[in-house]
Amino acid sequence: MTMPLTEAGLAVERHWRELASRRRLHTIGGLILLFLALSGSLWFANESNAGKFFDRLPHFFDFVDQLIPRDGLEVWRAMFDLPSPYADGSLKFDYPEGRVYLVGSFYVPEYVYKMLETINIALVSTLIGFAFGFLLCFLAASNLVTQRWLRFFVRRFLEILRAFPEIVIAGFFLAVLSMSAIPAIIAVSLHTIGALGKLFFEVVENADMKADEGLRAVGGNWPERVWFGIVPQVMPNFLSYGLLRLEINVRASTIIGAVGGGGIGEALRLSISRNHEAKTIAIIILLFCTIVAVDQFSAWLRKKLVGEQAFAFGRGE
Amino acid sequence: MTTLSMADMQAIADRHPGVVTGSWRKSLIGWAVSAGIVAYLVFAWWFFSVGAVLAGGNWGIAGTYLADWVSYEVRPQVAFKDGRLDVSYPRFSSYRADRHPDWLDITQPAGATIAGNKAPADRVVAHIGSSTAIDIAPERVVVTHGGETLDVTIAPSRSISVTGTLPAWATQKAPGQKIVADFGFAGGLQIDGDDVKIRHRFLGWENFFFDANSPFWGKSTGEVLSLVFSGERLDPKMSNTALAWDNIVNNSEWQHGDVWLKLAQTIVMAFVGTLFASLIAFPLAFAAARNITRNRLVNQVTKRFFDFLRSVDMLIWALFFTRAFGPGPIAGISAIFFTDTGTFGKLYSEALENIDDKQREGMRSVGASPASVQRYGVVPQVLPVLVSQSLYFWESNTRSATIIGAVGAGGIGLKLWEAMRTNSDWENVAYMVLLILIVVFIFDNISTALRHRLIGGKSSH
Repeated sequence: MTMPLTEAGLAVERHWRELASRRRLHTIGGLILLFLALSGSLWFANESNAGKFFDRLPHFFDFVDQLIPRDGLEVWRAMFDLPSPYADGSLKFDYPEGRVYLVGSFYVPEYVYKMLETINIALVSTLIGFAFGFLLCFLAASNLVTQRWLRFFVRRFLEILRAFPEIVIAGFFLAVLSMSAIPAIIAVSLHTIGALGKLFFEVVENADMKADEGLRAVGGNWPERVWFGIVPQVMPNFLSYGLLRLEINVRASTIIGAVGGGGIGEALRLSISRNHEAKTIAIIILLFCTIVAVDQFSAWLRKKLVGEQAFAFGRGE
Repeated sequence: MTTLSMADMQAIADRHPGVVTGSWRKSLIGWAVSAGIVAYLVFAWWFFSVGAVLAGGNWGIAGTYLADWVSYEVRPQVAFKDGRLDVSYPRFSSYRADRHPDWLDITQPAGATIAGNKAPADRVVAHIGSSTAIDIAPERVVVTHGGETLDVTIAPSRSISVTGTLPAWATQKAPGQKIVADFGFAGGLQIDGDDVKIRHRFLGWENFFFDANSPFWGKSTGEVLSLVFSGERLDPKMSNTALAWDNIVNNSEWQHGDVWLKLAQTIVMAFVGTLFASLIAFPLAFAAARNITRNRLVNQVTKRFFDFLRSVDMLIWALFFTRAFGPGPIAGISAIFFTDTGTFGKLYSEALENIDDKQREGMRSVGASPASVQRYGVVPQVLPVLVSQSLYFWESNTRSATIIGAVGAGGIGLKLWEAMRTNSDWENVAYMVLLILIVVFIFDNISTALRHRLIGGKSSH
């Protein structure tokens, strides 16, 4: 049973109804807008694609069929550069061709070597990015730098490094340096400086300033304050972000490799486009295992460094 | 105030050695790590043969490429032919035999006709800046730059000789051979036995709005505006406004229409891919969260599925779907969708596992159906966080979409890559990079603003 409301009660009820209906209106309006944007986008994507979605869908598994090698062992032969019984002089079965001999008859299989190259690109870029991000982040932190212009300048610089498309940097240095891994290293490093620099200065801004105060009180200069007051507190977080970045950089250097930077990415692109199914599967397996291994290793180390906080969200870009 | 003397400090340090000097083990680890990193970098230097690559790099051309980002060159060529001059331009130049830049003074012989792409002349004077002039007559070139004069005569045997001394800005490898003069950014010239090649560099983007085939080409902004709004129809088929727009969109050098289309594809790829990934990952995350679905097998299977999607790299998905659907945005959407379903699934299920259980208990205690328990007990707690995570990835996927585009998954990436491979369209690269930066900047701001509204205050990453 309902009690008749007083004047004030009625006003409150009316107001609540208004708010509720306005909210519903906003939600429905937002959903309609999202739906329109989505259908428009899908129509546009389908129109401007080379193959139409519904025309291609029945043939989707044709391609998957082409990915199945003649026999399962071919994949291992491709991965470890063993001679194939189907060898007919074509590029498709020339597995032993790619061997990289180290000492005498001891060789590293081609794709393992390329995978190592990609991992090294990622590792070197992460180290370079970490070093420069480390140097720059203190200049961008509002609790350490009082000069607004300096902070502004460093932050914009980091932003530009972060937003600048990696493939343009890689492409530019490919034009200057010819084919090698260096363009990929430069591109990934520059991006890493920007990405890590931003994350780092946010960590520095959240640091406890008591240690810094103590150092200032005994007359420590700026580098001493940073080195003894801030760095010990933020280092675990820095390392954790650096490891997270390493995971991302392994993927990034694969992609940059695919557009001309060498390493496993290029091998994958070539073998897919040439229909070399055994090679493709071998590379995918290698890449998959590497990514899982790097992710697991980094997750384990980050957990040791900063505990559960290591799994805070975001790829940190 | 108490002050310590050096002696006091020393005494305190002696009394408590452990506090001041720190453990030797720690400092040893520090040194070992640093030495390890240095050793690794030395190894990497060798592994990638950095020294050889850097030394073999074509650094001279890097400056030109960089200058091309924001400037362009006009390169007239003056050939010596039967006692007169022939002026011509490279193939894709805006200038033709009947249309010369205004810094080039050409004295045409009486009664001469233009043959093909060459304009005959008796004398050509090129003014590069205010202090540089190149005066070309048949078999004779006089260059004045910065108060110095280079006087060159070409013998009938095509041997090049200099009268007087060679100024510092000009070089000739051996007597009789070609002479190269360099005026810095403004340009330069090269005198060969049978022709003179002039370069004049201008700051800015050439023909950004109208290419040389457009009737609006070479007109000032005021002239174009007055034509667009009040002029006679240049093309009887359409109004001047429509013609101007058509000319801009179909500009053959900048390809505005195509660039915008490809940029829109990139934006669509990121948007649709992220949205679909969120929509699919959302229900799956409920199955993966161990506090919501109390079945370890289902949890594990879903979680490993997410890991699989995430660990097969976006590149592999992109190459795979490019083969399946043909190059274009559908391949890009699918690649982003597959990778991010894995990422979102992982993040969402972690968010779900960290919820407060009290609200679900409350819902259950009043006898709500299982669906209502999730809808009112769980979703209100996590939705803002989930949406905020998706928004964050939407912005970063716009960047990823650019890169996977370059392997054929559609969008501006491929166009960017093609422009770079030709090594002559760096200004187009600069234009596309600028557009990408603007889009990323706008999306970054939209996504940050929405995230702040959703979760309030500083975003939590």
